Amino acid sequence: MHLNDEEKSMLNGDFGKAKKWALEHQIKVGSFFSARKFVNVSQAHMMVDPESIGQAGVIFLEDLVNKGAKVSIPTITDPRGVDLNYYKPLGQTEEMAEIDRRTIKACTSMGIMMTDTCVNYQTIMPPVYGEHVAYGDTGVVIYSNSVCGARSNFEGGPSALAAGLTGRTPDYGLHLDENRLPTKRFCVKYQPKDLTDWGILGAIIGKQLGSYWEVPIVEALEVVPNSDEMKHLGAAMASYGSTPLFHLHKITPEAKNLKIEQFDNLDLIDINSSDFESLKSLFGRKGDKIDVVVFAAPQLSIVEMQKVASLSKDKSFKVPVIVCTSPQVYADSLRMGFIEKIENSGAKVLQGTCFYQQYAREIGEANGWKKLLSNSTKIVNILGGYGYAPALASMENCILGAVKGEIV
Amino acid sequence: MSKILKCHPGIGDKTEGIVLCANDNFSARYDLDRIKGVFSRPQHKLFGKSYKNKILVLNESKGGVASAWMLYEMKVRDVVPKAILFNKANTILAQGAAHANLTMCDRFIDGDITSLLKTGDKVIVDPSGGYIEII
Repeated sequence: MHLNDEEKSMLNGDFGKAKKWALEHQIKVGSFFSARKFVNVSQAHMMVDPESIGQAGVIFLEDLVNKGAKVSIPTITDPRGVDLNYYKPLGQTEEMAEIDRRTIKACTSMGIMMTDTCVNYQTIMPPVYGEHVAYGDTGVVIYSNSVCGARSNFEGGPSALAAGLTGRTPDYGLHLDENRLPTKRFCVKYQPKDLTDWGILGAIIGKQLGSYWEVPIVEALEVVPNSDEMKHLGAAMASYGSTPLFHLHKITPEAKNLKIEQFDNLDLIDINSSDFESLKSLFGRKGDKIDVVVFAAPQLSIVEMQKVASLSKDKSFKVPVIVCTSPQVYADSLRMGFIEKIENSGAKVLQGTCFYQQYAREIGEANGWKKLLSNSTKIVNILGGYGYAPALASMENCILGAVKGEIV
Repeated sequence: MSKILKCHPGIGDKTEGIVLCANDNFSARYDLDRIKGVFSRPQHKLFGKSYKNKILVLNESKGGVASAWMLYEMKVRDVVPKAILFNKANTILAQGAAHANLTMCDRFIDGDITSLLKTGDKVIVDPSGGYIEII
């Protein structure tokens, strides 16, 4: 990789041991992907939940702090694994909370802002068209690339941290024009009706892509999806396909500059209502008993919080209901009375966490939760590996299911 | 007689071990019980298999960013594959391998690595040389 004078100095240790580690890490990654140089990034977003990093990760972070690590660009965080105001009732241990506390202390010492959100594009500072960033969380990356027209690879925690420290990232993958062009075409024959449908559409496409290096363009959509719908579409596509970018013909910003005729050589894959039914059939059946209902993955927007509050009004839930949102949305929801309405029905709203990132296996075992119902197509994909038998339904039917204790 | 399979230069140290192979994809978060060191996702073709000290051979990496931290955490606890070979790695697994100094290679010139190798094969993996050797 070509290094400029500043990068050579970082590698030499002139900017301290922490930046030296960061640049060495980035050179390893850049070389693997044949990057020729670095590209400056304006923001970094780091996934650093305690379940993923464990004791080893905390010790690594603390060591970087001792080496004088300070981020050089705005660097923010993905959801935490523990809501420190509500972890014992979930069966989370003091050890888990302690890893979280130490992580927070290490991150803040480095100048990282603990935003604890996977919807920063809705709540913090959305990137703009053409802006190069280093984001963690696949849902954040796919939304930022596709809807905002920003440029980011999936940056895992260590790489996002390295980018925060150096203010740059290797120039490969989605930072390059040639990797952003469509490689697969999809024609939608069934128009999504609600958030879950948008997630299912993302899952159907993601499953057929199955690769980080495929870029879908979706044609024949008759509606322009709103931000929450884009959020569920992208999060599911990234989850099922490891997909970091999609184009919606005539809708998303880069698709507007594409001439579809240029991609006539690509097969057009139809997506029919039967494909939606087929995917839904993998996740629960009417009458199945439910142990827990979860609204998360991604964290809920203020609009989703309002809707959950409205649907929860005058309801009494038979099974536990957990709602995960960002600290930013939580504060607004508290002020607007949504938290009170939701929790009056027996649910619990967590702030700054996301269910699957908060020791889902241990929570499930501690509470005897196996049959989990959610409206998130992403979370039902993930939790199969955590010992759950996940089921999928619309937000409305999740609420009704929570009242009845079974899928309606 | 040994056989050489060339690939893109990879990450980590030269190593050797026994192959655990499937034509399936991989995520540390989605597919593993990392404490027990086994595949825990019922739908995965390696469900129930132990990956500790194996040369894990799979199609592509998938899913979320968590795997990057997780590979490091697995390596420190020493419940980790000796190496991972993919047809194509995504950015997360490569970043995780770089952080953990875990051996990883992908982009094999001779075709589908999940077909070229089978479970039980003994191989040497040389990332800097850009090849593996079936011995």
